[in-house]
Amino acid sequence: PPQVHSLQELRRSASLATKVFVQRDYSDGTTCQFQTKFPPELESRIERQLFEETVKTLNGFYAEAEKIGGSSYLEGCLACATAYFIFLCMETHYEKVLKKISKYIQEQNEKIYAPRGLLLTDPLERGMRVIEISIYEDRCSSGSSSSGSSSSSSGGGGGGAGGR
Amino acid sequence: MTPGGGSGPMKDCEYSQISTHSSSSPMESPHKKKKSAPKRKWEVFPGRNKFFCNGRIMMARQTGVFYLTLVLILVTSGLFFAFDCPYLSEKITPAIPAIGGILFFFVMGTLLRTSFSDPGVLPRATPDEAADLERQIDIANGSSSGGYRPPPRTKEVIINGQTVKLKYCFTCKIFRPPRASHCSLCDNCVERFDHHCPWVGNCVGKRNYRFFYMFILSLSFLTVFIFAFVITHVILRSQQTGFLNALKDSPARYPFTETNSVVCFFSVWSIVGLSGFHTYLISSNQTTNEDIKGSWSNKRGKENYNPYSYGNIFTNCCAALCGPLSPSLIDRRGFIQPDTPQLAGPSNGITMYGATQSQSNMCDQDQCIQSTKFVLQAAATPLLQSEPSITSEELPLPGKTSVSGPCATLTLGQPTPPSSMPNLTSDTGLTDMIPLKEEHEGHQFLTPEEAPSPPGMLPSGSPITHSHTMHVLSLASQDSLHEDSVRGLVKLSSV
Repeated sequence: PPQVHSLQELRRSASLATKVFVQRDYSDGTTCQFQTKFPPELESRIERQLFEETVKTLNGFYAEAEKIGGSSYLEGCLACATAYFIFLCMETHYEKVLKKISKYIQEQNEKIYAPRGLLLTDPLERGMRVIEISIYEDRCSSGSSSSGSSSSSSGGGGGGAGGR
Repeated sequence: MTPGGGSGPMKDCEYSQISTHSSSSPMESPHKKKKSAPKRKWEVFPGRNKFFCNGRIMMARQTGVFYLTLVLILVTSGLFFAFDCPYLSEKITPAIPAIGGILFFFVMGTLLRTSFSDPGVLPRATPDEAADLERQIDIANGSSSGGYRPPPRTKEVIINGQTVKLKYCFTCKIFRPPRASHCSLCDNCVERFDHHCPWVGNCVGKRNYRFFYMFILSLSFLTVFIFAFVITHVILRSQQTGFLNALKDSPARYPFTETNSVVCFFSVWSIVGLSGFHTYLISSNQTTNEDIKGSWSNKRGKENYNPYSYGNIFTNCCAALCGPLSPSLIDRRGFIQPDTPQLAGPSNGITMYGATQSQSNMCDQDQCIQSTKFVLQAAATPLLQSEPSITSEELPLPGKTSVSGPCATLTLGQPTPPSSMPNLTSDTGLTDMIPLKEEHEGHQFLTPEEAPSPPGMLPSGSPITHSHTMHVLSLASQDSLHEDSVRGLVKLSSV
């Protein structure tokens, strides 16, 4: 599949220019939610709707993971009844959702972000504090042989990133 | 632009070196297992923690009191099961040892679970994230005032209508999320930090609070249970034969029963009191930390309320005890990847970006602040903590604190903000420092042409401002240190 190829090629052929961090949104308490504000650094790279949709989907996943309701009570009571030994052999609901999230992020990277020279990092790897978005550039000026399939808009993006 | 182009990759190199340094330096890894095999993340964990079973078990560095807890519980229960249970099960009902056994296993299970699990440690910021935060702080300061005000290292967020201040953590290089606090003993930021409990040998935070609560609750049941039946045992015996005869009858047995009853008598009150206190906290969805500081008490103002409470006692209890269990964020058993993307990029790229440049600036400034904090910490620790083990932990720091010397003089003496600080490893000796400083000055003249600083970020009176801010910053961090220590003392006395 060409998408996977581009994701790997991105890491190898392009150099990392800068990183953008989407911070947490604490307005509803300590549940894990991220700000949907569009970072200006991505202006020339990706459509606003695509980005917002990704963040909203992620927020939805986290809300699902941290939902307090019948099933979470059941899980908690069951665990308590076994003096929490059940967690040694059972996966919590939260962990299941986290797997879903990492799958979703990988999918989004391959489909949407990598072709635009961007890469999302799973918030779990950053302590759930930020969504890290790496912006890659084509290796400019140098005689690098493998300047491949990265996006054509990277020149404009480079100008934007450098100008700040 | 030729000098700029020439030193560009070098700068990038330095930047990456600094970043590797700051991400992995503060740790000392006494638990080295295999040198050739890929290292797991717990082996380079920067906090002061102990790990066992290849990272599966995580505890605080000082675990002496934990073993005392363990011995107390084991001995008390052991004596009860050995000397009181046979008589009681024969005279009253065999349900007594059965219930006692269940309680005992529950207590031990929850105790071990509390002690051995990750309390909810927040991983420290990656160098890139820290640099990004520094830039944001600088932008915020540059735009809001002329530059004479100290940079407020706090961020205000509104949570359910209540304004909450987020403090910047100089060790973890993050704005601590709401309810998180930095444990001075473990040197970690812990989510929903409750307190550091020496009795369980771990911090109590978001991930192990429910275990802790179930532990003290079941322990209070167990002590009450044992105490009650030890007394019953004594009364039954004395009714049968008379108290003195009973003593003569089995002289070897009674001292144990009596010690048991005395131990239980004294521990019952504190444990029952503690579980009552935590029941109150859970029902109002507060942490011990917030309760001691009085964060949400009415004394601070009429409008003050706890924004995390769900509004009714029942929901609060359920959320705290049966809510979803959040995952561990530090991935202790994950392998360290040698080629992380943030290092792969700059090390082979020939391009130079303004952003990277300013990032390295910020990083150095941060390093400077960091080292100032270390000096303060080193100065403060002997006063705050008298344990010799702590001071021995601080011993590696002098290498680090010497960094602050050149950094500080440069900031004060030279009319440009500090540019990239050359590769500072903790083992740099004095001999290394002098040539490095020269190199540094060489850079100094290049800086204005190389990277024209964005207007908002570096105000014109920067040397004065900078030193001023440094001073105030150090004061601020001292203040917070002091506050931390006072809080710690209060906590200790309350426990």
